[in-house]
Amino acid sequence: MNKEKVLNLAKLARIEIGDEEAESLSHEFDAILGYVGEVRNVTNIGQSMFNESMLHNVMREDSQPHESGRYTKKILEQAPAREGEYIKVKKIL
Amino acid sequence: MSDISKLSVKSTRAALKKKEFSARELTQTSIDAIKRKNTEINAFLEVFDDALEQADGADRRIANGENLPLLGIPIAIKDNILVEGKSTTAGSKILEGFIAPYDSTAVKKLKEAGAIILGRTNMDEFAMGSSTENSTYGVTRNPHDLSRVPGGSSGGSAAAVAANLALAALGSDTGGSIRQPAAFCGVVGFKPTYGRVSRSGLIAYASSLDQIGPFAKTVEDVEIIYDVLRGKDELDSTTISEDTYPIQKKFSRTIGIPRSFVESEGVSKEVRENFSQALNKFESLGYTVEDVDLPHLNYSLSAYYIIVTAEASSNLARFDGVKYGLHKDGRDVIEDYFKTRGEGFGKEVRRRIILGTYVLSSGYYDEYYESALKMKRLISKELNEVFGEIDLILTPTTPTTAFKLGEKTSDPLSMYLADIFTVPANIAGLPSISLPSGLDGILPLGIELTAGLGREDNLFIAGKEFLGE
Repeated sequence: MNKEKVLNLAKLARIEIGDEEAESLSHEFDAILGYVGEVRNVTNIGQSMFNESMLHNVMREDSQPHESGRYTKKILEQAPAREGEYIKVKKIL
Repeated sequence: MSDISKLSVKSTRAALKKKEFSARELTQTSIDAIKRKNTEINAFLEVFDDALEQADGADRRIANGENLPLLGIPIAIKDNILVEGKSTTAGSKILEGFIAPYDSTAVKKLKEAGAIILGRTNMDEFAMGSSTENSTYGVTRNPHDLSRVPGGSSGGSAAAVAANLALAALGSDTGGSIRQPAAFCGVVGFKPTYGRVSRSGLIAYASSLDQIGPFAKTVEDVEIIYDVLRGKDELDSTTISEDTYPIQKKFSRTIGIPRSFVESEGVSKEVRENFSQALNKFESLGYTVEDVDLPHLNYSLSAYYIIVTAEASSNLARFDGVKYGLHKDGRDVIEDYFKTRGEGFGKEVRRRIILGTYVLSSGYYDEYYESALKMKRLISKELNEVFGEIDLILTPTTPTTAFKLGEKTSDPLSMYLADIFTVPANIAGLPSISLPSGLDGILPLGIELTAGLGREDNLFIAGKEFLGE
């Protein structure tokens, strides 16, 4: 890990960080990854373990969960910028 | 009434019914205690301005003869669980001023059971931390020793109960965030089976691990609150039903000890001694104790920190300065994101999101994230097999007693190691409880009991027997 790599990851994560933080994060990441990387050493786990899992997807109908507009006002009130019933953002294109 | 130190939820309900005191007097006592002690402890970020009004409502219902499990009981709420119309920040600047548009299911159920929603408690930002030092709103201090941390991330809730500012509190536990601060503060902290309590309205951190649970002074009290909170919720598709985990083994008072894990490097002498005393106590209570072999349990912490950072990087993508919370202006939309997230997230949150981005990135996904998921499955399988033979696993809750403020803030890895005994229950979705098990000088110690999936009942039996309830 190095400073440039961390700056690039921060860019992917849409977080502005300074050079100094990137430098110190690169050292911390080396220590953390050095520790957690031990999971890579265990090779005796096959795909079959995933298939045994009790987990399954829970689906519901793509229908109207509540009457339209019930929360609109409350949710719009939380937006940093709005215009009428719309959340306002800067021009994208 | 002068203070609530001698009261439990259970005894308070009885006293309220007998009109020994009113819910208003009780709530006022909590508010007065918060006024006296919160400046130094910083357990509460806010006491809700309608708390006394809620208490009056409860008193009217008590006068009418209504009987609900939490009627008139003031409860503190961790600042990542939504309470309609109230500010909720998850300890973060990025949610400064955010007002919850709806109640979380947990709070809705507390209200339906008659509880008074007293206020919101401090926490590590987005529940990322083990000391409550990562809050934008200042550190919380351990009521037993103000130079020490209360644990985290639900440190405010644990400290509120320990300092007798509230009879009970809600927390959330992703890797020990209820149990570890409960141990550091000398109270009972309980994480139910994954899926037992709805997370609708809990600000998500790592969704495959997060679970809401209560803090209180007794096992009976956490059980009362748990009975209110539990149940399937159509707003959280991961909630389980009563028959999801059919009972496979009758409770027979058998405890398993993962010996090499308990004796890991970094476990203090005081904790080891206290742990063997706890073991002796269980034996004297008629429990059979045996060593259990869980060869991959030692990898839990590693798998955990890969999974949480990965899920956090995904979950926290929603904080963009557009829909709610903080907004920092840049030249264009993308720069708005960079500035809002750079300034809105604290250091530990930035660290975990960026690390999570790394373990999910092309080229490293298989190496880290996929390996961690496989490890999670393997550890779960080993634990589930062991629970066919024994009822409970006993470990210390934490490797040391509460550490000094600032002691671990410059070394994230040493902070992460504070969670070594609590993460396996989250990795495998198991119910787990931390019980106060004595003092080292003035500092509380805790032991942790973990049961098989859906076997909260075993934890309550053993917990009550251990504490002599």
